[in-house]
Amino acid sequence: MPMITYREALHQALREEMSRDERVVVFGEDVVAYGGAYGVTSGLAKDFGDHRIMDTPIAEGVIGGAAVGAAMGGLRPVAELMTINFALLASDALINHAAKVLHMFGGQMSVPLVVRMVGGGGAQLASTHSQSFEVMFAHVPGLKVVTPATPADAKGLLKSAIRDDDPVLCIEHALLYRVRGEVPEGEFLVSLGKAEVKREGKDITLVAYSRMTLVALEAADRLREEGIEAEVVDLRSLRPLDMETVLASVRKTNRAVTIEETWRTYGIGAEVASRIQEEAFDYLDAPIQRVAGVEVPIPYAKHLEQAAIPDAKRVVEAVKQLLVRTGG
Amino acid sequence: MEGKTVTKVAQSGLDKKTLLKFLHEMLLIRKFEDKAGELYARGKIAGFLHLYNGEEAVAVGAVSALQKHDLLITHYRDHGHGIAKGIDVNRCMAELLGKATGCAKGRGGSMHFFDASLGFYGGWAIVAGHLPLAVGLGLASNILGKNQVTLCVFGDGATNNGYFHEALNLAKLWTVPVVFLCENNLYGMGTAVHRASAVTEMYKKAAAYNIPAEQVDGMDVLAVREATDKAVDHVRKGNGPYFLEVITYRFRGHSMADPILYRDKGEVDEWKQRDPIVTFRQKLETEGLLSAQEVEQIERETDEMIAEAVRFAEASPDPPLSDLYEDIYANP
Ligand SMILES: Cc1ncc(C[n+]2csc(CCOP(=O)(O)OP(=O)(O)O)c2C)c(N)n1
Ligand SMILES: [Mg+2]
Repeated sequence: MPMITYREALHQALREEMSRDERVVVFGEDVVAYGGAYGVTSGLAKDFGDHRIMDTPIAEGVIGGAAVGAAMGGLRPVAELMTINFALLASDALINHAAKVLHMFGGQMSVPLVVRMVGGGGAQLASTHSQSFEVMFAHVPGLKVVTPATPADAKGLLKSAIRDDDPVLCIEHALLYRVRGEVPEGEFLVSLGKAEVKREGKDITLVAYSRMTLVALEAADRLREEGIEAEVVDLRSLRPLDMETVLASVRKTNRAVTIEETWRTYGIGAEVASRIQEEAFDYLDAPIQRVAGVEVPIPYAKHLEQAAIPDAKRVVEAVKQLLVRTGG
Repeated sequence: MEGKTVTKVAQSGLDKKTLLKFLHEMLLIRKFEDKAGELYARGKIAGFLHLYNGEEAVAVGAVSALQKHDLLITHYRDHGHGIAKGIDVNRCMAELLGKATGCAKGRGGSMHFFDASLGFYGGWAIVAGHLPLAVGLGLASNILGKNQVTLCVFGDGATNNGYFHEALNLAKLWTVPVVFLCENNLYGMGTAVHRASAVTEMYKKAAAYNIPAEQVDGMDVLAVREATDKAVDHVRKGNGPYFLEVITYRFRGHSMADPILYRDKGEVDEWKQRDPIVTFRQKLETEGLLSAQEVEQIERETDEMIAEAVRFAEASPDPPLSDLYEDIYANP
């Protein structure tokens, strides 16, 4: 299987879907001449022409709204918002409109759109350019949210998102574009709403998504050196949320730690932990621990930024604390 | 300046059937709104109810310039546009009463009429939020070769919002077939235009985006029709968007909750002298195009339609509770 980067995997997904379905169009800031702020759309204009991929002004409100309208008009738009920080300006279109059309108008019309955006910190871009707002979008019924961690998932989830009849936000991570991994060529789909066990283990479940999946895997490596076998569940989709896979793992390990880059309060960990105790309380040997972003605006200075974002060391510490409490 | 006016019906070039249809539709909308106001006062309709009295000539004149497969997308003051685009008044009234037979199955209410089959792509209640959607609809028409014009209706208040400017700019850049129609009724809720907009003539704002624009008398159904014909023609030929500002006036409050403290009755009475239905009827009569018998027939037909709409809506079932969970996702 070819080893390609996360960026190449996303590009491949776009290219394949644009070839497969003429209704798939791409638009966003700097997607044509510049090739996309993170290079994902580079070269598509040359091969598909300017009626299939279009630059927009720096105007996120109309990018979001035009995607909704284009989908209602019969296209399958893939809009690119340069980063999730700017998605706040498109959030009205996504939350008030994309998420409402099917239900509010009596089921007459769905909105098959994809909005791609880059989330997360770690590149020393300071507080306005390092955020993780997936919780805000995943909170909303009517939207779907996927957060690929690997090149294969990036390709498979984006292709599925484009084929899905609902509005899907594909939240990519700024630090993952150069990560390589094995990606099947051609037709390869990853179902929306399906988590994946990325590593098996019997002692504890680490629940993560996006780049934190890689952090969890690194932590699992370190824990193994100390004789602890951690299972890593990558949520992949935040909405719909695949609790079955999480619960199956917790029923096996009886312990869980959630890991997210977002702020802890009202976060993904809060939701997952709550669902675990609702549905598998009897299986738990210890309170669930949450590892999350520190509740501050993310600063520029490298050591401060690193202190604000979870890393493998913090995950290992959380696991050990939890095991101490249960004598495990 | 209050926009272009057509002084004589005979000059309009429209046949008598069309002219009588205009009168019929405007009256139907007026009576629908009056009945809705009454049912609201009696507690049968809840939520926000924004009535269109006084502005009927805009919806009727503008929508009549569209073809069947053209699209209409509008704001929350949407009953008039919905009826003009052909939504059965029974289903409109049922929507107001929150019934399963409503045009949005009772889920949208007054502000969110919708009928995909008629190209009525919604009443939208986030001010200016639907203007970008019109750009997307226009893009789809262009790319899919549908030759479909989108008429996008909004208020004067919407023109001060960022969405308006983003949408006009991109509409021009992408040469989309969209007619932007601003209903300038001189107020956004209780704020007079000059208190909210640095430029009080809305059509001038289109110049910033190089979009041709004109101002029209919105109390004159023929003037609205004529201007919209021209706009639709321009747009359909692939020349990109067109902008119309129609000067109009709402006779009632912003919504049923409005105590109307911001304008005096004298102003309202003055505008009522220009009632689009009364003036149009008088013109038709003066020019010998409308007999007393025809007036009576139109009055009777519209009365019956409204009475039937109320009967239909009241007799319709509530949506079942299970409906709450339907249609959240197309692919659940
Ligand atoms: C984004 C947003 N802000 C505020 C409101 C509340 N609101 C509803 S209608 C309205 C006035 C709009 O005036 P205008 O666009 O002139 O339309 P009109 O009601 O006069 O037809 C306001 C402020 C809203 N619905 N959406
Ligand atoms: Mg107004």
